[in-house]
Amino acid sequence: MGHAIQAEGLAKRYGETRALDGVDLEVPQGRLLGVLGPNGAGKTTAVRILATLVRPDEGGAHVAGFDVVRQAHQVRSLIGLTGQYAAVDEALTGVENLVMIGRLLGLTRAEARRRADGLLDRFALSDVGGRAAKTYSGGLRRRLDLAASLVGRPQVLFLDEPTIGLDPRSRTDLWGVVRGLQDEGVTVLLTTQYLEEADQLADDIVVFDHGKVIASGTPDALKAATGGQVLELRPSEAAHLDLVRRVVADVLDVTPEVSHGQVTAPMREFAAVSAIVRRLDDLGVVAAELSLRRASLNEVFLALTGHRAKDEEQDAEAAA
Amino acid sequence: MSTITGTAPAVAASSRPGAGAALRHTMTLAWRSLVQIKHNPMELVDLSVQPIMFLLLFTYVFGGAIAGSTGDYLQFALPGLVVQNMLFASMTTAVGLNIDITRGVFDRLRSLPISRSAPLAGRIVADTLKQVWAFALFLGLGLVLGFRVHMGIAGVLGALALLLAFALAMSWMAVLVGVTAASMEKVQILMFSLMMPITFTSNAFVATDTMPPWLRTWVEVNPVSHLADAVRGLLGGGPVASDATVSLLWAAGIVVVFAPLAVRAFRNRA
Repeated sequence: MGHAIQAEGLAKRYGETRALDGVDLEVPQGRLLGVLGPNGAGKTTAVRILATLVRPDEGGAHVAGFDVVRQAHQVRSLIGLTGQYAAVDEALTGVENLVMIGRLLGLTRAEARRRADGLLDRFALSDVGGRAAKTYSGGLRRRLDLAASLVGRPQVLFLDEPTIGLDPRSRTDLWGVVRGLQDEGVTVLLTTQYLEEADQLADDIVVFDHGKVIASGTPDALKAATGGQVLELRPSEAAHLDLVRRVVADVLDVTPEVSHGQVTAPMREFAAVSAIVRRLDDLGVVAAELSLRRASLNEVFLALTGHRAKDEEQDAEAAA
Repeated sequence: MSTITGTAPAVAASSRPGAGAALRHTMTLAWRSLVQIKHNPMELVDLSVQPIMFLLLFTYVFGGAIAGSTGDYLQFALPGLVVQNMLFASMTTAVGLNIDITRGVFDRLRSLPISRSAPLAGRIVADTLKQVWAFALFLGLGLVLGFRVHMGIAGVLGALALLLAFALAMSWMAVLVGVTAASMEKVQILMFSLMMPITFTSNAFVATDTMPPWLRTWVEVNPVSHLADAVRGLLGGGPVASDATVSLLWAAGIVVVFAPLAVRAFRNRA
């Protein structure tokens, strides 16, 4: 079977909340699936079921060919999990955290130590390996957490919002590590609220909202299927902004966004551009800048769910 | 650059770990709890300050007033203090467990192909060793201050065994609290407000004849009283059998009530 992860009809209820409401997933061997969705969309619940931490109420899943409920132990021996919260023991040093896991996985003391050193080296943690994890920065801690999930050489890796709360630099570093794992053929399921992250890393994307998959495909296919093109128009005089907005709204029959001195609107038909330009010409409005681009995943998400995904700006605010 | 994956392909373990593996996992996780002391010697001080402080304070502040002489009081109160300390220390399991769960360490452990009980058992083994340490400290300092052991090494070992048996029973309660509490602070508050009255409404520190009758009724049932008397007998001489039996019955009762609750809470939280 070519699928490293295969789930059908996963459902999980917590009290009245339907955390997952019938989710199907398929991840071919060696691919990276980005699971994209806002907080509370059910991403973490899906990961917890696939990583054998929670039993589904309905449906079932296979990871590396093993049933996550009936063959949980086999699944556990083939997966790695890095959770939303950096799950390292803060009182232990980096080395000890990794050695502990190596020992739990049946390595001898010497093997566990070698494995720990190798991973610390790979994740540029050798300098801090002897320090207690509680002294680590968020980025270091996350890298140690990821290293911990790799001690057992997993075939399938679950990364549950691995970069949440990290500064841009640490995030980029972590992306590099994930790409390295992809090159080594590890199958990865990565959940994220960051559209850019899914766009950067994922071979395929599924979009979760309210416990359901509302869209799936490659990043490009998703962008093409939903938003198509996006028109951006900046009048040379700021005073014309509202006029431009009304013309665009009228021609495209949408509600354009106005920000940073430009009007932005999704569009499907190319011919509409010339109609807009003609109308503006008649009104004596000069466009300083007019561009068409592919819709970003952010706009795709808005089109799919009717609400915005948490974006970088909001996140920066939250972090501040 | 070392290769992270692929070189030694992990082979899916065909079945659940056996008893030998479970023991190994438990020992690794016990090591994990104990090695922290190496980095943070304060933890050892933490473990030791309370016994030393209580022993000194009770002996020299209350001793003369309660028993007429500090020496007599030490002989009476040390077993009570040992029991009190054991009960408080048994709750560190709850705190440690709660931290593991809220910080996600538990999820990491449960995602590994290890014995399901090892994360709990490892912590309990480590906490039991800490109990042994506290007991040795009490006894050592007590001997220096003038406490006398009359029943020899067998009595000492018997007292330790009884205390550990009770502590293990209590750890089911600790597991229940640790798993269900929302935060470490809540665990500590709950445990303190539970253990403080239970240990004081007993014969651990004072003779009970001046207590009001309603209180005495409880004091005579309280397992702390029976444990304290049994430890007194085992260390200093005197009757042991009946108090030790009642203590063990209490321990068994605690297991019967709390073990199923703890296991259920553990499964639900997990």
